[in-house]
Amino acid sequence: MSGQHSDMSQQHSEPAQALLSACDLRKAYGPTPALAGASFAIRAGEVVAVMGPSGSGKSTLLHCLAGIVRPDSGTIGYGGRDLTAMTDAERSTLRRTEFGFVFQFGQLVPELSCAENVALPLRLSGAGRKAAERTAFEWLERLEVDDVGRKRPGEVSGGQGQRVAVARALVASPRVVFADEPTGALDSLNGERVMRLLTDAARQTSAAVVLVTHEARVAAYSDREVVVRDGTVRDMAGAL
Amino acid sequence: MSIGHTLLGLLESGPRHGYDLKRAFDEKFGHDRPLHYGQVYSTMSRLLRNGLVDVDGIEPGDGPERKRYAITEAGIADVGQWLTQPEKPEPYLQSTLYTKVVLALLTGRSAAGLLDTQRAEHLRMMRVLTDRKRGGDLADQLVCDHALFHLEADLRWLELTAARLDRLAKEVGA
Ligand SMILES: Nc1ncnc2c1ncn2[C@@H]1O[C@H](COP(=O)(O)OP(=O)(O)OP(=O)(O)O)[C@@H](O)[C@H]1O
Ligand SMILES: [Mg+2]
Repeated sequence: MSGQHSDMSQQHSEPAQALLSACDLRKAYGPTPALAGASFAIRAGEVVAVMGPSGSGKSTLLHCLAGIVRPDSGTIGYGGRDLTAMTDAERSTLRRTEFGFVFQFGQLVPELSCAENVALPLRLSGAGRKAAERTAFEWLERLEVDDVGRKRPGEVSGGQGQRVAVARALVASPRVVFADEPTGALDSLNGERVMRLLTDAARQTSAAVVLVTHEARVAAYSDREVVVRDGTVRDMAGAL
Repeated sequence: MSIGHTLLGLLESGPRHGYDLKRAFDEKFGHDRPLHYGQVYSTMSRLLRNGLVDVDGIEPGDGPERKRYAITEAGIADVGQWLTQPEKPEPYLQSTLYTKVVLALLTGRSAAGLLDTQRAEHLRMMRVLTDRKRGGDLADQLVCDHALFHLEADLRWLELTAARLDRLAKEVGA
């Protein structure tokens, strides 16, 4: 891991290495620019922490990278394609098949059991109910919450629910996991646990993780960090 | 940390030789910084002088580490008192970092750059500790966590200071 920092300077000059890269993103909500020329790149298997003050544009950056929000200008390259040039339907397919998501809270479907929630991405991709459920339980076990599989999200603790959400984000073997304050609602111990499990699982599957967090202890699970300030990205490794 | 009190505390469960004390200390509390025999020797001499330990026997051969020490009643009372007393919280008011920031402002250098560099360095250290935690046992985790929480506190200070540099520059007359 010690090589990560020195490798970084090459990343911008060799974007071909990057799995997902954004160049000069701009996005304004009314008169306020949320992103003002933000660039970012992440390689396969890499965990990058996105830090910075509240309102600096971290979530907006993540939403653009994930194809949830379309930037006003700039390009987003993923697997040789430009996300900003895709149709909504194409981007939604991409999100379902290649990306996984973990947010701060409220992302589980309350009417489904935890196991059904985890199985959902597989079901949407056409897997049979039995097979999807089996895989779901494997992931729940990996995240040490298989005992809540039959419960509804409303019947489990915040920490358990968050681990279920991590299982759901990883179950369909995404190439990129987007996590926006995944530990924001958890106490230190559960936060650490979620981070360890998330990064271990991502490393095992070589998924890249874009991890938005304002907590340094959470960011310490990443391979490197970038800092967003006023809608632009500062690459901390590059600054050294 | 008070090495004297720690060695005393280790003696409470029974007499030990100097080398055994050192080994127990290093194993439980040494982590990055194992004790020197010299430290053990000078500490034990002091404890002996103050009546907190007795020499319980001496193994044949040379060297102070061959003495077998036993804790005295006074020693047990001393450990008890040390454990009861809270540690003085250290607010680091004269922080080197604060001094650097102000000096950077006063000399027209980049205080923001200094803070950014420090921030990256703190996070780098936090990564090392986090990695160590992954593979470690509970004792490792607790020791690393203590360091991590402190580094995190520093890092928050770095962030806050970065956000208030303009005001600080005015106040220190830069
Ligand atoms: N949907 C929206 N409509 C209007 N303004 C928005 C919207 N989303 C974000 N903004 C604005 O864009 C700016 C950046 O917001 P963003 O959510 O990206 O910040 P952030 O870095 O994620 O902050 P936080 O750490 O508080 O989550 C803010 O000024 C915010 O008010
Ligand atoms: Mg946000």
